[in-house]
Amino acid sequence: MSDLQQLYQTIILEHSKARHGSGDLTPLADAVALGSASGLRVAESHQINTSCGDEVTLRVSLRSGDGADSVAELVWTGDGCSISQASASILTDVLQGLSATEARALLDNFREMLRSRGKIEPDEEILGDAAAFGGVSRYPARVKCAMLPWVAFEAALIEAESH
Amino acid sequence: MTSPAPSSAVSPASSAQHPELAPLTNVDVERIRNDFPVLHQTVNGHPLVYLDSGATSQNPISVMEAEQEYYEQRNAAVHRGAHTLAVEATESFEAAREKVAAFVGAETDEIVWTSNATEAINLLAYSFSNASLGLGGPAARRFSLGAGDEIVVTEMEHHANLIPWQQLALRTGATLRFIPVRGDGTLDLDAAADVVGPHTRLLAFTHGSNVTGTINPVAELVALARRVGALVVLDACQTVPHLPVDVKALDVDFAVFSGHKMLGPTGIGALYGKGELLDGMPPFLTGGSMITTVDMTTAEFLAPPQRFEAGTQRISQAIALAAAVDYLSETGMDRVHAWEAQLGQRLVAGLAQIDGVRLLGPGLGVERLGLAAFDVAGVHAHDVGQFLDDAGIAVRVGHHCAQPLHRRLGVTASTRASTYLYNTTDEVDLFLATLAEVAPFFGVTR
Repeated sequence: MSDLQQLYQTIILEHSKARHGSGDLTPLADAVALGSASGLRVAESHQINTSCGDEVTLRVSLRSGDGADSVAELVWTGDGCSISQASASILTDVLQGLSATEARALLDNFREMLRSRGKIEPDEEILGDAAAFGGVSRYPARVKCAMLPWVAFEAALIEAESH
Repeated sequence: MTSPAPSSAVSPASSAQHPELAPLTNVDVERIRNDFPVLHQTVNGHPLVYLDSGATSQNPISVMEAEQEYYEQRNAAVHRGAHTLAVEATESFEAAREKVAAFVGAETDEIVWTSNATEAINLLAYSFSNASLGLGGPAARRFSLGAGDEIVVTEMEHHANLIPWQQLALRTGATLRFIPVRGDGTLDLDAAADVVGPHTRLLAFTHGSNVTGTINPVAELVALARRVGALVVLDACQTVPHLPVDVKALDVDFAVFSGHKMLGPTGIGALYGKGELLDGMPPFLTGGSMITTVDMTTAEFLAPPQRFEAGTQRISQAIALAAAVDYLSETGMDRVHAWEAQLGQRLVAGLAQIDGVRLLGPGLGVERLGLAAFDVAGVHAHDVGQFLDDAGIAVRVGHHCAQPLHRRLGVTASTRASTYLYNTTDEVDLFLATLAEVAPFFGVTR
């Protein structure tokens, strides 16, 4: 595989088109009210990559459980390059259903791998399909693209937890 | 032609064009390329094809030598100190001003050094802002803005020629209006005649668009401004480097351009202002080197251009920019313009042959700069740029600091290939052939 094919792995190109979890976002206030009626804490974060204009708005619904919150639902809208949009799609797949603690651990692992400039081999056991972004870590200019939806998730999670 | 010789910063101004020289050919361009060391390298295993001169251009050896020679032989603070080096540095610095002024048809004292075009526009905006606060006395009243006054820009402006005016409007209570852009990326001149009205005090527009490559009809726009007594600011960043520009012939009140887009170093740009206008303007940055007498509560200011050049100046950059101007003049701006016009048309013709590629701006046969921005259906510009970079081809991706224009043209981002005098037709063809592989690689079928 060439470097370019490493960067644009088939699974990334497929997710950039499939866009799992992408959908129209209802007004946030409505979603918050609706969520609270069914025991969900809802928050969202809008992130923009100022260098290229890529955008992701990610909405998190958090369900309170016995001592642990879990990610009940993830919905997002966005516009941008295949890396940022595929990253949002894969994020939805891998984080949905995890506890907040598990989701944070996965996010930390993903970020560390991306920032390693190719030095850290992605751990598929932990990352699942998100391991496909291993090639991105060799392109410092694209790390922000892959991180964009994850940064949105991180901010939305903190916000939801504070509700 | 022979390659322009490295120029001394103190050589006489040479703005003469060379109508007797034959048009540039690929053979000439190959010789020109020898003067640009940075072009001779491989990127990702391929020879570099540099198609991002619209963002920043490369430097010929003579420019780098001029800067080095200054530091090795004459480095000193200008306009102060009586020692020999200080005198020589001042002479070189002012000779550079004379040369750059002559290059754009201005008087020497009508050129104010700035860090770049962005700073030049901010200098105007803050000077007008200060005038609006009453600074500068009666002479500055013509620059004073307030509620009811209108500043007019266009929808195709680079953010550098938009945001300073937005901010000036916010500070003064003036209203910002804009001339809309048509679907083909040209200005709607019919609408312009309505937008520029009796309340318009200032009309700021770009000479050549950094996105669509459109060259705006300066004379028509200046006529609209003159009709209502408005001042005209021309953003000449994309034209001064690429075609002969004469600010007097264009009859604009102010013009700005950046050194790094015209074979010069970063950190230097220029504001042109008509002498009588600069004379009446209050300063923007204040401090050393721009005053006559100072006491503990007041100061008297020098005449332009020094009034607008507070602090130690960009001396080596100005001298290096003069060397860049020598290089361009010796090559001949008419020839540079003709060569790039040819490359621009070649780009447009080639893009039209690739399925799914939509050109932003006027099509084949319409005058344009030697650049083309486009959208590839189904592939984001960032991915297009990445694919091209893998083949050693450097282009610009994103909104090119022109978000409103992209929005108007219905895209959030685009890819731009921009040429200069050192690009060959083979490079343009290689770019086009590589671009044709983009959609298949990303699995976009049509």
